[in-house]
Formats: sequence, structure tokens, C-alpha cells
Amino acid sequence: MVKASIPAEQPSALGAKVNIPAEQPSALGGIANEQELIRDDIEAYLRKHEAKTLLRFVIVGSVDDGKSTLIGRLLYDTNMVYDDQLAAVRKASNLEDGSIDLSLLTDGLAAEREQGITIDVAYRYFTTESRKFIVADTPGHVQYTRNMVTGASTADVAIILVDARLGVLEQSRRHSYIASLLGIPHLLVAVNKMDLKGYSQEVFDAIRADFTRFAKGLRFKDITFVPVSALKGDNIVKRSDKTAWYGGKTVLGFLEDVPVGADRNLSDFRYPVQYVNRPNLDYRGFCGQIASGTIRKGDEIMVLPSGKTSRVKAIDTHGGELEEAFAPLSVTLRFEHEIDCSRGDMVVKPDNRPQVARTFEADLVWMHERPLDTQKAYLIKHTTQQVRVQIDKVHSKLDLTTLTEQPFVQTREAASGSSQADKLELNDIARVTLTCHRALYIDPYVKNRTTGAFILVDSLYNTTVGAGMIRQEGVARQSLDEAMKEIRAGSGLAPKTQVSPRERRERFGQSGVTVWLTGLPGSGRWSLAYALERKLFDLGRTAHVVTPFADTLDSITSAAHACTDAGLITICAFGSYKQSERQHVRDALIDTRIDTRVETRVDSGGKDRFIEVFVDTDPALCRERRPDARFDGFEPPAGAELTLKLDQMRMHQAIDAIVEVLEKHGQFDSH
Amino acid sequence: MPIDQQRLTHLKQLEAESIQIIREVASEFDKPVMLYSIGKDSSVLVRLAIKAFAPAKVPFPLMHIDTTWKFREMIQFRDEFCKANHLDLIVHTNPEGLRENINPFDHGSEKYTDVMKTQALKQALSKYAFDAAFGGARRDEEKSRAKERVFSFRDKFHQWDPKNQRPELWNLYNTKINKGESIRVFPLSNWTELDVWQYVYLEGIPIVPLYLAKQRPVVEREGTLIMVDDDRMRFLPGETPELRMVRFRTLGCYPLSGAIESTADTLPKVIQEMLLTRMSERQGRLIDHDQDASMEKKKREGYF
Repeated sequence: MVKASIPAEQPSALGAKVNIPAEQPSALGGIANEQELIRDDIEAYLRKHEAKTLLRFVIVGSVDDGKSTLIGRLLYDTNMVYDDQLAAVRKASNLEDGSIDLSLLTDGLAAEREQGITIDVAYRYFTTESRKFIVADTPGHVQYTRNMVTGASTADVAIILVDARLGVLEQSRRHSYIASLLGIPHLLVAVNKMDLKGYSQEVFDAIRADFTRFAKGLRFKDITFVPVSALKGDNIVKRSDKTAWYGGKTVLGFLEDVPVGADRNLSDFRYPVQYVNRPNLDYRGFCGQIASGTIRKGDEIMVLPSGKTSRVKAIDTHGGELEEAFAPLSVTLRFEHEIDCSRGDMVVKPDNRPQVARTFEADLVWMHERPLDTQKAYLIKHTTQQVRVQIDKVHSKLDLTTLTEQPFVQTREAASGSSQADKLELNDIARVTLTCHRALYIDPYVKNRTTGAFILVDSLYNTTVGAGMIRQEGVARQSLDEAMKEIRAGSGLAPKTQVSPRERRERFGQSGVTVWLTGLPGSGRWSLAYALERKLFDLGRTAHVVTPFADTLDSITSAAHACTDAGLITICAFGSYKQSERQHVRDALIDTRIDTRVETRVDSGGKDRFIEVFVDTDPALCRERRPDARFDGFEPPAGAELTLKLDQMRMHQAIDAIVEVLEKHGQFDSH
Repeated sequence: MPIDQQRLTHLKQLEAESIQIIREVASEFDKPVMLYSIGKDSSVLVRLAIKAFAPAKVPFPLMHIDTTWKFREMIQFRDEFCKANHLDLIVHTNPEGLRENINPFDHGSEKYTDVMKTQALKQALSKYAFDAAFGGARRDEEKSRAKERVFSFRDKFHQWDPKNQRPELWNLYNTKINKGESIRVFPLSNWTELDVWQYVYLEGIPIVPLYLAKQRPVVEREGTLIMVDDDRMRFLPGETPELRMVRFRTLGCYPLSGAIESTADTLPKVIQEMLLTRMSERQGRLIDHDQDASMEKKKREGYF
């Protein structure tokens, strides 16, 4: 075996810049190889191009791993860079000799150019003689997990860059783990910057051994190692003469040859109905994209959740009927019988069905800055279904450094969002149990990347907040009868509010509270109550004075309770002589209620839900104003949050004092 | 042939994915519209919509933003194409722009594009309260498009925030919006220029004849060939139109879309020329050259 005899540390004179002479003729590969055919027989070329297959891959690595340079190299060496783009990049490279920085070819948005980093997932396209390629380019910085998960979700191949000088780092392991979690079947480990390690086989072999040891627990079908220099172009598109000891494929060679058809699940027929096409009474077609498996005309099918069966009468396309169709084609199915079937239903074969379940376990990637709120109902989008879902339990959170599951401790305080205990935040990955309001038709993600995947949407902000992969274990199967019964009832869950207190607070910008005005008859409680209501309303708050209907203590308490739960600033000015009565109302409101139906604590805001204001007007004045009223037995409050001598101040000062107390208690967001 | 050996060609796969996107919009939105620019990408987009809903007719209208400066051949093609395919067509022109006679000669390409295209589009989307609008943009067209989502969220002012995009995973698209907000949908995101041409060729999709080379009257201005389409053309001193064999790589408004010299008078020859010349497609469109990162700026403001 020949060893490379290049000196070990050979820094490029241009740093990360690639020295490509200004007038270099087009390189190998891509269209260049086919140039002759294009020139001589364009129609033959088009026939050939038509037969190409599609491969999606994702390149992962951190800012300094040379990822952009690798993508730039692939595009450049396959001759996919247009002259004017090249000219623009040459200008932007700003190098005296007119050479170019290949990493700039994949640079996108203005904001990123300013920061010198890519901030999101970008897609690039190139084609060679045998395939069309879609590259998901994901950046390697703080928001990495979210971006990588996005790019990896549809990829057939992941390319992970390992710096030959640094070996297998924590981040290489993390990226591989995520690629494996997302079900990418093939992994290519590009050991990059081999030029800086003298193209040493020992270095390469050591990295391969190290990586292989770590990757044993991962789910890839195969892992391939290639020694490369993206900067110099070694073994990317062109085989390098400096790595004679390496007998494997180049990166592009691997991408061209890796079989993708075999990765498609063609055994389990799953057809989520997307759209019902009914142009007239004689035609009733069910449109969808085949998620997996194959279907033939005449096959027996079953519709979920109804369980009704029929046979395929026709597989329609615009170009005519098909005898047979397979994933991922978009078709229209017609059945022999008129059976009920609508969007969200799934057509399957009776002897090969998915699991029907409302409760299941999943690996959940949190994608949003706003952390998971376990009290809140989210929307889950799974195939063509969209239903309400709640996260019952977070079992564990993945420690991205050690790649081990850490138990998730959720305290009451954490549930209400006020403590620093465990939260599921942006870029976190956790194992969770979810319960949907009606059944989904699911397969484990490891068996089916379509029927095993879902996203979570925050219905208040309409943002995509999570991405999930259904696990094999932890599925609570249901019978079709059960599922149907629940669908007819509208939901399988015990009826309960789908709006959490935190959501209410976010919508209203305030938390519900009862402001209880205590005072003698004639003290001016009611005038103060209505003036306060007006003032709060003018301030953009939602306030309401509870008026007497039946003035028993219970009916007053429940009225105050209902308005406070609804998120209103509830103003009560009822006569309440006794300390014990007021304590009763205070206890009723403050008590953090336990909702036994879901066995979780409902955050009701604790002590800030009751504020007592003592309207301490001079008793002599009160008597003068209300000679008819009863004054004996009044117990002045001991623990009022505020005392107002209403006869010694102007009304607006009294109101301002109350508003100040409310602000201090954190009842409002500042406007 | 056993099914697992059947080759799924890249075009079949792209077609299936685009149809899935189009059907998803028709299912999830109340009032979708397909923006129709009359160009080749629009032709492919409409063909995919027809395929998605056959044998029914396309369940949403097409809308063309007419700047009144389109090539005459484009307008003729538009009307015939829509009629032949039983498509509902809405044509909208910015009435204020029309009243003030905003044109590319007096007002410059930037202002003209803003008033007659961007503002006109926003007007029309608001007027009809469309909640989803299909466009034919592709990610390979231009660098800032490479990060565009398939479902691209716009606020109630029709603006795009590149830093606040929804992540897109698998083929699961988040279609939730509030009233007044909208989504721009790009079913051709993953198609390349070559894919579009190949599909036009394979499917025999009609395109505007301007794409094919022919003797046409042009003047050369700042290295760009401007076709003289009607008597509104304003000549600079010393300019006289001459007949040259030209065609268009992209179609827009005639004073702004540059022609290229070419002998490619059939579709395969056009594809051949495109593959051999290797120049970026939007180079012929003057509007993108106004300022650096101009496309991104336009998109933020509401341009497609």
C-alpha cells in the first residue's frame, strides 16, 4: 500500500479559500460528462435525463467543518454553477488572484451574509448522469437540532463531516444520533481536511474505528467512510491520487450508487385520504399520495376507522387508469362499493393494518422558543389528520452531550411555568406519551417514515412547535368500534377545557383576579367598583363588576370564581360583614384546584387570585348617608391588601391605588 | 416487472409531491388562488393542478396581475390557454397605477415593479380575501429562494419574515393561519429549470411562442436586447429597432425582460442551448439587478 508523502501540516495559503484559476475549463462530472451528448443528440440526452432517479441527502457539520466548501465543491465539480453566479462569487471572494471561495456558492440570505453564518435550512440541486440530487444544507450552531431535524426528515443519506485533525467529536456523535433518530438509512462519514494530515491512512483508520465503535447502537443500514479534502477536491467528485491506499468510492460515486428504491416501504399499503373528488353523481374518487406499499386494481381494501371493506375498481390518474400504483405516487382511487370515506381516513388492506390508537409514545423534538406547556392542548398533524392532542407525560429528556436519557422531573411550579425545573425547550429531544382526542392510524417510525411521523402546532400562535416520531412500545391500541364511538362523540377524552390558564393569560395579557371591596353601607363601595371597572377598561384590561342576583354567600362565591377562572378582573362590592365570610371566598378562590379527571394540577395562579380592599370610610359619614342600613356586626378586615380612606381622597386616587396593587401582584403584562 | 425494481424517475416523484401539495391546499384553505404569470413555470403549475383534480375541473381560480406592459403574445396565449383548459381567470391591474400611468420608462424598474406588481398583487389578494396563493417559484432560481419554504407564511400586510419561518418536516405542512393572514405556496420548490423544461417537453405543455427563437424587432441597451412590442416603446437617441433572431429565457414586462440572441426554434434546441450556455436564468430580468440582495428585499415587501 502506498502512503502519501505530502508533509503533514500544509496550510492552504488562502485559508478556507480554494485556489481555482479564473479560466479553468469545466471540471469533470455532471453535465460536463454529458456535454457531448447534449451537443450531438439533445433528444437522446433528454430521454436519458428523464430516466434519472432522485436522491435527497443532508450534509451536517459545524461551521468550521468545511460543510459549505464541500457543497460548493460538489456543485462546482459537477459543473452546476452558472457563469454569472461564479462571477458574483468570484467578486464576493475578493481575492486578488481571482480565485474563488467555494463556500460562498451556497450562501443565501442577506442577514446571514452579515453574520457570516447560515441560519436556516437551504436546499441545493444538482444532477449527474444517473441521478438528480437535492441537498439539504443545515447550519451548525445554536439552533442546530431544529434545523438538522428539518433537513433530515426527508433525507435518504446523511453526510457527516469529521475533521481529520480533531477526530470524532461530541458533535459528530450528536449529529449521527439525530440522523439515526430521523430514520436516515445510509450514513456517509467524510473524514475531511485529509490534506492537513498528510493523507495519512492511520489517521483515517483510527477515526473509522472510533466512529464504528460509537455507532453500534444506531439504526443505519450502512455506514461508509471516505477520506476527503473538500478544499482540494480529493475524493469528492474526482478520485484523489494522494489516497492510493483507499479503494472505496468517492463521495459522489457513493451518492450515485446507493440504492434508494430498496429503502421505500413497499410492503405495507397505507393510503391517507387527502381529498374527495366528486365532480358529478357518477364519479366518486379518493385522492391521496400513497404513503407506503403498493395497490392493484381489484385488491381488497378496508377504510379506517369505519372498517368497511370493498375492492379497488380503478386507480385513476390524469393520464389514464393504472393497473398498479406504489409509494410515493399521488393517485385517485375508486371503490366498487359506495362506502363512507373522507379526508383523514386511511385506506389499507384488511390483512395488513396499522395500529389504531389515541395514546402512544414518541420521540419529540421541540422546535420553538416557547417551551412545552403540558397543560395545553396542541394540534397534531399526522398524515392527513389534524386533531387536538395533549402531552400526558414527559418520561425523559435526551442529554445531547452523553446521548443518554435523563429522567424528567416535572414539579407543580414547573407546570405553571414559574420555576426553573425541567422544561422542554427549543432543540430538546424527549420521550413523551401523547393522547389525542381521536384515534390516529399509526405505525412505528422505524417501520414507516410517513405514518410514524407527526408535527405539533400551537393553536394560539399557529406555529410549528414540535416534530415527533412514534415509538414501537407504549401504544395503547383501540378496537375500531371504540375509535368509531369516540369519533361520533367528537372526542375520546373526558370533556375538559382545552384552554390552559397560561394561554388565557397570553391572549388577555392579564390573569383572572377577584378584587373584593369590603366596607360599611354608604362607604362608596359600589361607586368605586364601577369607576374601577371603567378605568381598567380604558386601560385596555377586561374587568367586570359582579352584580347581585341571589346574595347568598355560595352564589356570590361561585360567580366570582367563574369570572376569575375566565381570566377577568372581577370586582365584587357585596356587603360582607363577617371576617369568616370573606375568608370563605378567599379560600375558594386561592385554592389550587386539583382536577381529578386528568390527575394533574391545574394552575390557578395561587394567592394572586384574591385581593381585598378595605373601603374605610368614616363610619359617621356612612351612617349619615345610609340611615336605613344595618351597621352592627361589621368586622373590619384584618389582612386586607389595601386600605382606602375614601372620604379623605379623590376617587381617581383610590382607583390608581388599586391599579397599582394589581400591577404589583403581576396581574397584567405591561402594554 | 416486480414492483420493487420499478424505477421511480425523479420527474414522477416531483410530480407526485407537487400534486400532494396542491391537494393539501385545496383541502385546508377556504379560498385559494393560483397566481398565473403566463410563463413556463406557470404552465407546469397549472398542468399539475389539472392532474391533481382530474376529472373534475380545477377547484380554484387563476389570477394574473396585469401590469399592462406584458408582451401581446402573452395576453393572447393566456386567454386561449385558460379557455382551452376550462380555468377561471381573474385579471387584476392596480387602478391607481393605471390612473397615474406608472410605467417602466418614466418611473424606473424599481418603482414600476413595486406599484404595478407588488402593490397590485397585495391589492388583489386583499380584495378577494384569498387565504392561500400558489406561485411557481423554484428554489434553484436565486440564492435567497434556496431557503424559502413550500408553505411560506405572510402576515396581514402580505410581508415575509425570513427569520421567522415555520420549520417544514416530511410532507406535513402547517396550514394554520389567522384571519387576514395568508400562505404563499410553492409546489415547484424542488424543481430545477431543467426539470421544468423537460416536463414541458414530455407532457407537450403549451408555452408562449416568445420562448422560441424568431426574427423580432429589438434594440440593444446596456448589453440587453429589448424587444419593441408596441408603439409605447421609447427610444434613446441613436436607437433604431433591428430584426434579430432572438428568444426569451424568462417572460415579464417587455421593456424589462431582455431577449437573448438564439437560433433555438424548437423546444429541444432551447433546452440544449440552456444546458450549453450555463447562465443563470434571471440574468435576463433587469429587475433583479437594481440592488444587491434585491430579490430578498422584494420578497419581504410582498413580491412573489
